[in-house]
Amino acid sequence: MSRWARIGSTLFVLLLLLVALVPGWLAPGDPLAIDPAEAFQSPSPAHPMGTDESGRDVLTRVVHGARDSLVIGIAATALGMGVAIVLGTAAALSPRWLDAGILRLLEALYAIPSLLMALLIIAFTGPGVGPAIVAVGLSTAPGYARLVRSQIRTLRHSEMLQAATVLGRGTLLRVRNHLVPNALRPLLALITLGVGQAVIWASALSFLGLGTPPPAPEWGAMLAAGRTYLHLAWWMSLFPGLAIVVVAAGATMIGRALGGKVNAA
Amino acid sequence: MGTLRWAAGRVGGALVVLWLVATAIFIGVRLIPGDPAEAIMGGPGSQASAEALAAARADYGLDEPLRVQYLMFLGKLLRLDFGTSYALRDPVLGIMGQVLPQTIVLSLLALLLAWVLALVFAAASLRATRVGAVLGNAVEIIAAAVPHFWLGAVLIMVFSSTLGWLPAVDNGTGAGLVLPVLTLALPLAGFLTQLMRDSLSTALASPFSLAARARGDSRLQVFWRHGLRHAALPALGMTGWAFSSLLSGAVVVEAVFARPGLGRALLSAVLSRDIPMVTGIALFSAAIYMVVMALTEGIERALHPAGVDS
Repeated sequence: MSRWARIGSTLFVLLLLLVALVPGWLAPGDPLAIDPAEAFQSPSPAHPMGTDESGRDVLTRVVHGARDSLVIGIAATALGMGVAIVLGTAAALSPRWLDAGILRLLEALYAIPSLLMALLIIAFTGPGVGPAIVAVGLSTAPGYARLVRSQIRTLRHSEMLQAATVLGRGTLLRVRNHLVPNALRPLLALITLGVGQAVIWASALSFLGLGTPPPAPEWGAMLAAGRTYLHLAWWMSLFPGLAIVVVAAGATMIGRALGGKVNAA
Repeated sequence: MGTLRWAAGRVGGALVVLWLVATAIFIGVRLIPGDPAEAIMGGPGSQASAEALAAARADYGLDEPLRVQYLMFLGKLLRLDFGTSYALRDPVLGIMGQVLPQTIVLSLLALLLAWVLALVFAAASLRATRVGAVLGNAVEIIAAAVPHFWLGAVLIMVFSSTLGWLPAVDNGTGAGLVLPVLTLALPLAGFLTQLMRDSLSTALASPFSLAARARGDSRLQVFWRHGLRHAALPALGMTGWAFSSLLSGAVVVEAVFARPGLGRALLSAVLSRDIPMVTGIALFSAAIYMVVMALTEGIERALHPAGVDS
C-alpha cells in the first residue's frame, strides 16, 4: 500500500466514521422535519442538495443516512464472514467426504444470485432492517466460505502448526489461535471490498421496498422515493446515489490498496 | 478425464444442487410461524378464504406426515409442477414461460455489451499514458461501484427526460431496450475490464509474444492471436458469476424501467409472499446458473484442453 493510498484511505475512513457517529455536526437539521411549503426546492445555498416531496432537506437526510447504510453493510459482512469462518473451517478440517458435502452445499448456495437469495430469505422473514442484514449477510457467506476453506487448507500443514502440535496444543486452541487468524489476514482486503458491496445490496433492498422503511433517511429508500419525481426533481435521486457510489468506490480503493481483487468473493 | 464423464458429473452435480435448494425452501416454509397453509397463501395478513386454505392443504398434503409431504413436494417438482401462483392465480410454470425470455434477452445483451466494452477498454488501456491509466483506473472502480438502480435513474434523467433521445419505458421497439441493457452492462464492464487488463498485459509481456514478434508478426497480429485469447480466458471463467450478477441486477433494472421479467415477477411474489412463485423462480434461476456454468466450462475445455485438469 503506497503512502498516499494509506493517507487517503485513512482520511476517508475517519470522515465516514465522523459522519456516521455525529451526523448532527455536519448537518444540524432534523432529517425527518417536514415543511410542505419548501417541497421540491432545487439546490440552493439554503438547501445545497435541494428538498424532497415533503420539504425535507436532502443534504441532511444523506448525511444522516450514512449511519444506517454503514451499520447494515458492516453487520451483513460480519454475519456473512462469521458463517463463512464456521463453514469454511469445518470443511477444511473435516474428513474428505464431509468436506465434499459442505463444498456441495456452498455451491448450492452460490448457485442462487445474491439478490435473488436475499429476496428468497425476505419471502420467509418479511421485510425490515434485520431481515435485510440477514439476507445480505447470508447471500455473501458462500463466496467467503470457499475462500476461508482454501486458506485453511493451505495453512493446515504449515510449520507453524506442526510446531504448535509438537508443543502439545489442543485442536481447538490450534484452530482458534493459529488457523483462523492467519487465514483471515489475507481476507482483510476482501472484507473491505465486501462492505462496499453489502452497502450496495442493502440499499438495493431498501430501494425495492424490502429494507429500511420510509421515512427513515436511508439512501436506497430515498432513491425509491425520488424515482417518482425523476423528471421533476433530479436532485432527490442524484445525491443519495452519489453517496452510495462514494462509499462503495472508497471501499473498493481501500480493498485494492490492501491487495484485494474485486469479485474474488 | 473424458468429455462424457465430465458431462455426467456436471449434470449430477446440478441435480444435487437443485435438490438442496428445493429442500431448503421446503424447510423454510415450515419454519414460518403459524399455519403452513396460510404461509403458502401469503401469510397471516392475506385473509385467505377457508376454501382457499383447504385447497392449499390438499395441494401440499399438509395433513400427511412430514416425510410424505416432502416426497410429494419433490415428486411434483420432478414433473415440473410448481403449483399455482396465489397472487396471480395461474400455474407458476406458465407465468415463468412468459417472463423468462424477457430477462434472458436482457441479460444476454448486457453480457455481450459488457464483454465488448471491457475488451475495448482493456485494449485501449495498453497504450494509455500515465494520466490515462489513472483515469481508466478511476472509471473502472466507479463503474463497479455504481448501483444499478441509481445508474438507471441517471440514464433516464439524461437520455430520456433531458435529451429525449431514448424512451424510459419499453414501447415495443428495440429502443426501449437500450437504457436497461446499458444500465445492466456498465457495472459488469467495470469488473471485467479490471480482470482482462491484468491478463492482457501479462500475456503481451510474456516470452511467447516476444517470440511471435521476432517471427515477424505485427503488433496487431500478436494482439489478436495471443493477447486476446489470454485476456478472454479468465474473464470467460467468470461468466457464470457474471450471469448470476446480471440476474441480480435484472431484479432492480426491471423495477426501474417497469419491464416485465423474472426479477419483477420475483419481487412481486416476495412482496405478496407468494411461496409457490418464489420456489419456482429460485429453482429456475439456480438451474440457469448451472447451465451457464456448464456451458462456460465446456467452452474453456474447448479453448484450453490442457489446462482444465491441472
